[in-house]
Amino acid sequence: MSIDVLLQQIVNGLVVGSVYALVALGYTMVYGILQLINFAHGEIVMIGGPTSVFATKWLLSMGRPSLLALLIAILVAMVVCAVVGVAIERVAYRPLRNAPRLAPLITAIGVSILLQQLAILVFGRNYFTFPELISRDPITIGVVTVTMNEIVILLASVALMAALLWLVHNTKIGTAMRATAENQKVAGLMGIDVNKIIAITFAIGSGLGAIAGVMVASNYGQAHYYMGFMLGLKAFTAAVMGGIGNLWGAMVGGLILGLVENVGLIFVRGDYKDIFAFVVLVLVLIFRPQGLIGERVAERA
Amino acid sequence: MTAMLDVKKLQVAYGGIKAIKGIDFHVNEGELVTLIGANGAGKSSTLRALSGLIKPAGGTVTYKGRDITGVPSHALVGLGIALCPEGRGVFARLNVHENLLMGAYSRDDKAQILREVDEIYTMIPRLKERTLQMAGTLSGGEQQMLAIGRAMLAQPKLLMLDEPSMGLAPLMVDKIFEIIRLIASRGTTILLIEQNAQLALENATRGYVLESGEITLQGDAKVLLADPRVKEAYLGG
Repeated sequence: MSIDVLLQQIVNGLVVGSVYALVALGYTMVYGILQLINFAHGEIVMIGGPTSVFATKWLLSMGRPSLLALLIAILVAMVVCAVVGVAIERVAYRPLRNAPRLAPLITAIGVSILLQQLAILVFGRNYFTFPELISRDPITIGVVTVTMNEIVILLASVALMAALLWLVHNTKIGTAMRATAENQKVAGLMGIDVNKIIAITFAIGSGLGAIAGVMVASNYGQAHYYMGFMLGLKAFTAAVMGGIGNLWGAMVGGLILGLVENVGLIFVRGDYKDIFAFVVLVLVLIFRPQGLIGERVAERA
Repeated sequence: MTAMLDVKKLQVAYGGIKAIKGIDFHVNEGELVTLIGANGAGKSSTLRALSGLIKPAGGTVTYKGRDITGVPSHALVGLGIALCPEGRGVFARLNVHENLLMGAYSRDDKAQILREVDEIYTMIPRLKERTLQMAGTLSGGEQQMLAIGRAMLAQPKLLMLDEPSMGLAPLMVDKIFEIIRLIASRGTTILLIEQNAQLALENATRGYVLESGEITLQGDAKVLLADPRVKEAYLGG
């Protein structure tokens, strides 16, 4: 193994890992506030893909410049995904808030399948080509090859994560989110509209997921109804690995998972890439079930 | 004069079992009224029903002439009612300052809120020393002080305190009641739920005795304090 290959895989891992991290944040935020694994989150990310494809194509056909088209498409995807996320919470999870915890979990799996099928109805089964709005031509920096697309993904992810941390720790709404996550009843006594805070949490998580969906579509040049499944599972793994419910955990977990997968590729064939995520998940669950950063909490599920 | 808080025939039931069997009581503006009773008498159920945490099975709650029966807790804050919950309920993973700010959640006057946070710090210097400390790391007494301070930041007209002395060392209990007296003297109306009948009646204007979900005695706090039945049941003879 040469050091060049290792460096290259580390860079690839960071790019993929930052996307995992963005998606993992959606899982972890919802878990933090509702102790619910929102298995439909991967599908929300998926919706961001085809939505942005349609939006960019339409905007380009209107003669808009490509960067503006991309930015507007991202906004459209964020709004669509946020609306879907909030609607899911309102329709599927809220009525079950006081039900045994298995009920919303199974509902989440059901919602996930439902969204996939709806995506087939709305978008079709085709693979959609995502226009090359940011160059996917390789650039060589030293021994490492990257694309402008990947650099943008990395930088945008870091910026988004920093913005989320700032929001959660330095704003009134963020403090209310943390208060609600800790004790909904007392949060209500403070005058916090708990339902509203939960809806906002879903909206933010889904919005970040939408961006991740656009990043994936833009990086691989395609979007399809199935793209959320594996991505969702891996991001969920990342969230568990970092310590679900913990924002830093989701970010660190996402990056580590991306690195493990891509560095692991040096040793095994590409077909086996997906194994790493789940080996890591099993190992974490056996040896450190609270995650790398998470605190040990009494198991409730 | 109409009462600030008027509770009529309030009933609370848990799955068919009546915990509160139709009680009447009221709190006038400026009073410190206490509801005393043994463990399981229904004190906390009453307070939970008043504060919208559970829906009453029957009866009405009127606040300043307005029916607030079953109004959710987050909507009461805006009306001027704050509850300092049993077991304190501070946000353990928020620091002291953030806990206080959450008390003022429904308000927008940021400058005034920060002035009032400073007032709380002056009133309870211990909190000032710990402003950036996670609330979960405070002692029980400090958490109670924080919970009261936080409730005050909602600028309540009516402050409801649920067992503020619970689980605290006697010295700390004295400090807590010192704060409660100070708040009362500044004009906030207080409904105090307490197991420590002696301390509650010493500080209150009026009192009610709750037994098995019913009010069995009521009246002037000094009179209740001297009542042989209260003495025997709650004050250790």
